[in-house]
Amino acid sequence: MSRPATRRRSSFSRSVFVGTIVFLSLPLFVLVLYSFNASKSGSWTGFSLRWYVKLFTDSPQLWRAFGNSAIVALSSALVATVIGTLGAVAVNWYKFRLRAYLRTITFLPMILPEIIIGVSLLIFFSGIGMRLSLFTVFVAHVSFNLPFVFLLVLARLEEFDFSIIEAARDLGASERQTLLKVILPLSMPGIVSGFLTAVTLSLEDFVITFFVTGPGATTLPLYVYSAIRFGVSPVINALSVVMILGTVLLTWSTRNFLKYIAAK
Amino acid sequence: MKGSDVVIEHVRKSFGDFKALDDVSVGIRKGEFFSLLGPSGCGKTTLLRIIAGFESPEGGAVLLDGRDVSPLPPDARHVNTVFQNYALFPHLSVFENVAFSLRLKKAPESEIKAKVAEYLQLVELQAHAHKKPSQLSGGQKQRVAIARALINEPSVLLLDEPLSALDAKLRQHMLIELDSIHDKIGITFIYVTHDQQEALSVSDRIAVMNAGEVLQIGTPQEIYESPATDFVAKFIGETNLYEADVASVSGETVDLSVDGFGTVKVTATEPPPVGSRVSWTIRPEKVRIGLEEPKSARNGINAIAGVVDEPIYSGFQSKFYVRTPSGLVLKVIKQHADWSDDGPEIAWKDSVWLSFSAEDAYIVEVKR
Repeated sequence: MSRPATRRRSSFSRSVFVGTIVFLSLPLFVLVLYSFNASKSGSWTGFSLRWYVKLFTDSPQLWRAFGNSAIVALSSALVATVIGTLGAVAVNWYKFRLRAYLRTITFLPMILPEIIIGVSLLIFFSGIGMRLSLFTVFVAHVSFNLPFVFLLVLARLEEFDFSIIEAARDLGASERQTLLKVILPLSMPGIVSGFLTAVTLSLEDFVITFFVTGPGATTLPLYVYSAIRFGVSPVINALSVVMILGTVLLTWSTRNFLKYIAAK
Repeated sequence: MKGSDVVIEHVRKSFGDFKALDDVSVGIRKGEFFSLLGPSGCGKTTLLRIIAGFESPEGGAVLLDGRDVSPLPPDARHVNTVFQNYALFPHLSVFENVAFSLRLKKAPESEIKAKVAEYLQLVELQAHAHKKPSQLSGGQKQRVAIARALINEPSVLLLDEPLSALDAKLRQHMLIELDSIHDKIGITFIYVTHDQQEALSVSDRIAVMNAGEVLQIGTPQEIYESPATDFVAKFIGETNLYEADVASVSGETVDLSVDGFGTVKVTATEPPPVGSRVSWTIRPEKVRIGLEEPKSARNGINAIAGVVDEPIYSGFQSKFYVRTPSGLVLKVIKQHADWSDDGPEIAWKDSVWLSFSAEDAYIVEVKR
């Protein structure tokens, strides 16, 4: 829809815009500001990098938690990506009974409240007698990451005319060759965004992890939560700023990567 | 002749309650341009997909050079397909699309380069080798699909309504190109279409299908000039199709008494007995239309008076719907010839005379 260029934006829409931006970023701004505060208390006493120094040199528990989070995030995202991709390919490629049912039930973990998933996983693990540890966290993360990968890859596959699969078979490709040479390259953007979504979801998950974690398996969100219970530590502020930067960098490089794939 | 002969024997296929193919048998000769023609849902695409190996028949066999291939998967048949929506691989360039089957066979790089160049030349796309399918026009995509299917040197090329996504002018052009590719390569082409004009203009032989059955197999001339059933007569070209009773028979000439119309002389190679109910046809372009009564009403010429109900002018020809006093309406097509014999103009409500030879009018079906 085109509008006359001369028409003035209403002052109402402008104030809504500014209000939204302020509302969304003011907390972040305060957070960034306070990470450079010299004092530990709430009042501004001068610029300092001491919390960053403390973050990188004197926070072993924090880094252990970060390490746990990184291990769980990467491994669960990887496993979820492999299973989710193969599942999406199967649902897209083969016609079988219960196909529609399988599609629907895979979305279930996305819709259910996290607390229900957390409780059910806890009951499940204790039911089969599995000790809570980083491994149970990993299993839980795979299970809630799977639907996202499945959905993203399936959406990508459904963009394509099914006859290209028949064309590949017609030109002499076996099922395996069709998968490797046609289906996987075509779904690559879906697979990459599925993997990154899974990493992100896993890194930030609190509720489900809280239920299924065991001794020594504290992840970063759990650590931050427990640290903050004894008062806000400016080290957490500094950590948050580092993570914001990391997220921006990751989003930017992903976008470029997807553009690169699309152009290839 | 290169290529293979393809024999379809008693093939049956249904989807749920829907009978897509009901005991279909067709023999296709080596190197032939063979068309499967019929309305949508007649089973022609299903038959093609069975030959390609995408569907398996519930009964019967598909023989390639005498060998039953029906249990083989698509990649094990020496048959390639040009798909209706091209089905090009969007992530590969034109070159890689065409090279796809050679790369699967792990052909040496030099051979791949040479053969892809050869086949891109065949479809005149050398200049577009580096492009992605999304950068091509519809006609160019179709040509890539053809080159990709041919590079494997199949013995049979299957074409599934390959021109249906193109506009009318381009379709005409591609049709001529397909015909010349067929002449150059000399393998068997099996061409599925619902467009009778396409089928008539390029095929060596045509199988007309409807509701899962083959109604007639023959050359375009045979199909057009002597349709085997009412459906074929109506589906191929424009026609006048009526029912009548056989009044008398003398040799191959049959006098029919058309309901509320009078007597019409037609030809039948195997005349049905007097009293039979039959359907008969006369093509609109075989009927002569004029303002005056035909002078030499020879024996074997039918002359009928009528009034022009509707004249339709379309440049090189005009179509007239002429109503006879009994209410029967005949379609007539008059070609606009040169200045010497176009005759006076015929307009709406004019009283006209129609005449046609008994030799051009045929009995199609004997009803009882």
